[in-house]
Amino acid sequence: MSLSLTKAFRTAGSTPAKGPGVLAGAPRLVRLAIPPFVTLAVILGIWLTITYVILAPERRFLMPPPHEIAKVGFLDPANRAQMLSALLLSTQVAMVGLVIATVIGVSVAVVMSQARAIERALYPYAVVLQTIPILALVPLIGFWFEFGFTSRVIVCVLIALFPLIANTLFGLQSVDAAHHDLFTLHGASRWERLVKLQFPAALPALFTGLRIAAGLSVIGAVVGDMFFMQGQPGIGTLLDLYRSRLQSEQLFAAIFLSSLLGIVVFSAFGLLGRLVVGSWSTFGGGSGRER
Amino acid sequence: MSASAEAVPATAAARSTSPSALRFEGVSKRFSTGTLALDAIDLTVDAGEFVSVVGPSGCGKSTLLRLASGLSQATAGAVVTGDVRVSYVFQDPTLLPWRTVLGNVELVGELAKLPRSERREKALRIIKLVGLEGFERQRPGQLSGGMQMRVSLARALLLDPGLFLFDEPFGALDEMTRERLGDELQQLFHSRRFAGLFITHSVAEAVFLSTRVVVMSARPGQIVADVEIPFDYPRSTELRFTPEFAKMTGVVSAALRRKGKGELT
Repeated sequence: MSLSLTKAFRTAGSTPAKGPGVLAGAPRLVRLAIPPFVTLAVILGIWLTITYVILAPERRFLMPPPHEIAKVGFLDPANRAQMLSALLLSTQVAMVGLVIATVIGVSVAVVMSQARAIERALYPYAVVLQTIPILALVPLIGFWFEFGFTSRVIVCVLIALFPLIANTLFGLQSVDAAHHDLFTLHGASRWERLVKLQFPAALPALFTGLRIAAGLSVIGAVVGDMFFMQGQPGIGTLLDLYRSRLQSEQLFAAIFLSSLLGIVVFSAFGLLGRLVVGSWSTFGGGSGRER
Repeated sequence: MSASAEAVPATAAARSTSPSALRFEGVSKRFSTGTLALDAIDLTVDAGEFVSVVGPSGCGKSTLLRLASGLSQATAGAVVTGDVRVSYVFQDPTLLPWRTVLGNVELVGELAKLPRSERREKALRIIKLVGLEGFERQRPGQLSGGMQMRVSLARALLLDPGLFLFDEPFGALDEMTRERLGDELQQLFHSRRFAGLFITHSVAEAVFLSTRVVVMSARPGQIVADVEIPFDYPRSTELRFTPEFAKMTGVVSAALRRKGKGELT
């Protein structure tokens, strides 16, 4: 019984049980839930201390209390509607950018994997793309593509592209020499080798890249919003607006929503990866090789 | 030789006209690094022969197989394979982890453009033959090392090859699994009479499986002994504990000790 509990505990992806501790006798759900809950309580405690003890009342807008944020940011219908529609727009921007980046990134990686010369021709520039601060390009993108949806999507594509190229290429090239020999011996065509060997072998790495890229794409959307103020506001637009108006309750609420979007997107792509390759690979720390 | 009555005359006839399954004629291999791996190898494997190659580490045994399969080219001499299909069993099971057992066995059928129904039917039959019935839908990660090697064998059997190349396939397995797979491989050979070239580190394994054992010297690899193994097939697992068997392993081991090291100094 205790053994199976330990196992369940481990496969849940948390820290392995370290022998009998303070919560040893408690049910599993409680054992899992209490430690992060304690952390949250400590954070809230520090927060409230800063708000009410450290900050003078006239400077309290720098760190409004959580219940004020909830009241003004989330329970006020007008504010809530404004933020949710902005969040939806930023989500669309991030996801459209991610899809385009995935198509381009995977295609580029496949092309690179087929010929060393092409890899040598393109990879340095992919690295350069990664090293340029994308923010530095944002004004230029605005010049060329106006200051609306298109430009925001382009920022997402640029920022999400590199992890997709790099991870997919790594996956395509990670195939065992013996597997390549097997395909060579059976006269596999280039296409068969790609489709039946390299691409499936690359999937776990591709999903790792996709998960990273998804998080980056959300960052790209929020940053893009801040620069491109035309058209409908995204959540980044609102962040900047609330900051300039010193509406700190709304600002905190918008920060919270942006973070939530990042977490949801990261988790969703992690889950997608586990669904697709979790049964045979160790993607996301899953127990793919166990029964 | 009593079983497979109709196969024996065919094999005998084939042997007299000597359509060897595999022939090395003065084959040398020098790597691009300059190392001479194999030096003037002459070796013939006839249809119905199972030849094992033993030798010290790094004597070019695996290079021999790569040349035989065409994965690598000889720098001198000729490697001639008869008009037979060649299968290669790797050191590791070399299975695709995303495919099921059935999918892995079917893979070579797909690459050989066999019709779907034919390769499915053949694959199921061969999976049964290697004792993996009921595991068709499992993925390799769920199987033990010995079972994975059975899948690898099944895959190699799918296309009814006339020549089998084995690159130390049982080297990574525990002793018991190794012997059991040896027993079964020997029975497969008895019933199908393909030609086999088997690389191994184990003298006992070589003697148990083979019609002939070839001993190679350390680099550059040369053939220094060629020992006929007289035991009839099918061989029982108890053969390993008979004095005759011990005598044969003694002969091979002696050749290995004498030539593997002695002549170098």
